[in-house]
Amino acid sequence: MLEIRNLYASIGEKEILKGVNLHVKAGEVHAIMGPNGSGKSTLANVLAGHPSYTVTSGEVLLEGANLLVMAPENRARAGLFLCFQHPVEVPGVRLDHFMRAGFNAIQKSKGQEEMDVLKFDRFINDKAKLVEMDRSLIRRSVNEGFSGGEKKRNEILQMAVFEPKVSILDEPDSGLDVDALRIVAGAINQMRSPERAIILVTHYQRILDYIVPDVVHVIVGGRIVMSGGKELALEVETRGYDWIERPDEALRAIG
Amino acid sequence: MTTANQVVKDVAKQEYKYGFVTDIESETAPPGLSEETIRFISAKKDEPEFMLEWRLKAFRHFMALLDKEQIPRWANVHYPPIDFQKIIYYSAPRSSKKLESLGEVDPELLRTYEKLGIPLQEQKLLAGVAVDAVFDSVSIATTFKGELAKQGIIFCSMSEAVRNHPNLVKKYLGSVVPYTDNFFAALNSAVFSDGSFCYIPKGVRCPMELTTYFRINAQGSGQFERTLIIADKGSYVSYLEGCSAPMRDENQLHAAVVELITMEGAEIKYSTIQNWYPGDEEGKGGIYNFVTKRGKCQGANSKISWTQVETGSAITWKYPSVILQGDNSIGEFYSVALCKGYQQADTGTKMIHMGKNTRSKIIAKGISAGHGNNTYRGLVRVMPKATGAWNFTQCDSLLLGDQCGAHTTPYVEVRNSTAHLEHEAFTSKVSEEQLFYCNQRGISTEDAHSLIINGFCKEVFKQLPLEFAVEATRLLELNLEGAVG
Repeated sequence: MLEIRNLYASIGEKEILKGVNLHVKAGEVHAIMGPNGSGKSTLANVLAGHPSYTVTSGEVLLEGANLLVMAPENRARAGLFLCFQHPVEVPGVRLDHFMRAGFNAIQKSKGQEEMDVLKFDRFINDKAKLVEMDRSLIRRSVNEGFSGGEKKRNEILQMAVFEPKVSILDEPDSGLDVDALRIVAGAINQMRSPERAIILVTHYQRILDYIVPDVVHVIVGGRIVMSGGKELALEVETRGYDWIERPDEALRAIG
Repeated sequence: MTTANQVVKDVAKQEYKYGFVTDIESETAPPGLSEETIRFISAKKDEPEFMLEWRLKAFRHFMALLDKEQIPRWANVHYPPIDFQKIIYYSAPRSSKKLESLGEVDPELLRTYEKLGIPLQEQKLLAGVAVDAVFDSVSIATTFKGELAKQGIIFCSMSEAVRNHPNLVKKYLGSVVPYTDNFFAALNSAVFSDGSFCYIPKGVRCPMELTTYFRINAQGSGQFERTLIIADKGSYVSYLEGCSAPMRDENQLHAAVVELITMEGAEIKYSTIQNWYPGDEEGKGGIYNFVTKRGKCQGANSKISWTQVETGSAITWKYPSVILQGDNSIGEFYSVALCKGYQQADTGTKMIHMGKNTRSKIIAKGISAGHGNNTYRGLVRVMPKATGAWNFTQCDSLLLGDQCGAHTTPYVEVRNSTAHLEHEAFTSKVSEEQLFYCNQRGISTEDAHSLIINGFCKEVFKQLPLEFAVEATRLLELNLEGAVG
């Protein structure tokens, strides 16, 4: 479904991604772990087309289509969704209006019928239950005055609304207490399906207790240095990232 | 991929969509200002003696100011000197007899209105709006008058009011904005051509929004509108004013005066959408809009609310104000001003607290794009006897691009220690992060801009009557159109 081939990207003069290779099939959940500054969030942003980053070489295919030539909005319309680590506020724009604008733009691009206000209202109410989100938040300005946890729930709510083919979740667990984490993880689990792929970027193993990944990758220095099953995440948890940075020892440990 | 910068450039380059000139033979006065001009205008309009006398006094005052070169210079706007002897002060669409119905109106004129999307005809009537259309200087059609008359409401052109209701005009004209008030008010008082007059009798709630459309047409002619609205005890009226003018090479001076008066317990809501020709891409041409708008809450518990959406004109110089004379009276000012290309706006309000427990609220939103320069200038004055006065001011600026400017100049004068004043202000840019967030949800950059800007203006738009709010939203979208492919 998503194929990344030898991807290099930089911000300004600084090269951050140094040859990332990744193949995610439909129905799979891939976790990407790594220390701070390893390029995890950069990868997420580059895939979504953030204008601050420049791709210097490599290729990304979404269902066979060349993702890197598409404008960010066209990537979204092609079924790519980014759950932001730090979503911005959009003052004065009601969340439901915002979501409907995006939803209908995507529908329109596919030549499908746009949803009217009443229908959309019912539609998002059902989705809001999934993340146990307070209905009053939906009528407030996008992310304005939201707590950290509310912002994360809002991102997952939007994932549920947009029903993307490929979701990239950039640290959906950061800043969440245990209860909120359980709700967010539960919602993500409900969205797992054979037609969908999920890339879960995280610093901590904790969320993987709730969302069990099919594959775990460890990214260090802008490159995926190790991939394995869910037990790799536990190994990272106990031994820390230092351990991976000494590959010989790490490989011995895994055997 | 289109960058945010490109969008800003495209926005700044957006052409004025309503630029065309209607060919109608004008009956015009020769250019220049003299006692003869004043007498010509007054005679043309068949005015009573008191009106001519008042005009002449204003004229002499204006000439004295002009001699002493007392043209206001304090505003943050720049323009070449105006030659007041080159301006044509009177021009009327030619018509030999009075018009009774729309069928008698020059079809060319009606086509112009249609191009502007002004629904003067049946659609508008069905929508329940009475229209007093001002084309150049003379009112050509007034509708729904009968309906309003049944309730004792007078809604007519200023010329008619001068002839048919001289006592009301004599009593209130210049009572809020005297001809000595300022340079442009003096000019207007001397040469005012026409405008609207409205009187709402005691206890009457005007059953419909009153609407006036203004147009500037004849080459080189100034427009000097004069509007007077009087709301008697316990009455209510909502008044809408919307403008658009044809494209011009020469700068056109517009110096209007609007006076509002509320008696005890009365309320006037005055909403404006201003979309005059702003000049071309280099800033050439465009309307100079020097307007004096002021309301007086004369009676206790009365209220005056100004809402304006300013998107046009090369220069906007305008401070809709409220004199809070009656105890417990309320003044409000809600404003959105958009400056793109080389537009300059120096706009704001004055809230003068005189009565006890008077309250005022100011929400001003400035948007600057291209080389646009936006200044908020506001005064909150609390007089010694205004015990318990309260004011809240919020002025926010939004910048699109890095060539534009936003300035905030609030003045506060408090002479009563019980006053409570709050002031908030912030300046922001449409950030790359906000645009990217919208893009990531499938929204194009162009739509994202319009979404973010409408969000920024929301507090003001929600004050507008629904029909007008839709128009204002559309107007901002039009200004942002053609941004992204």
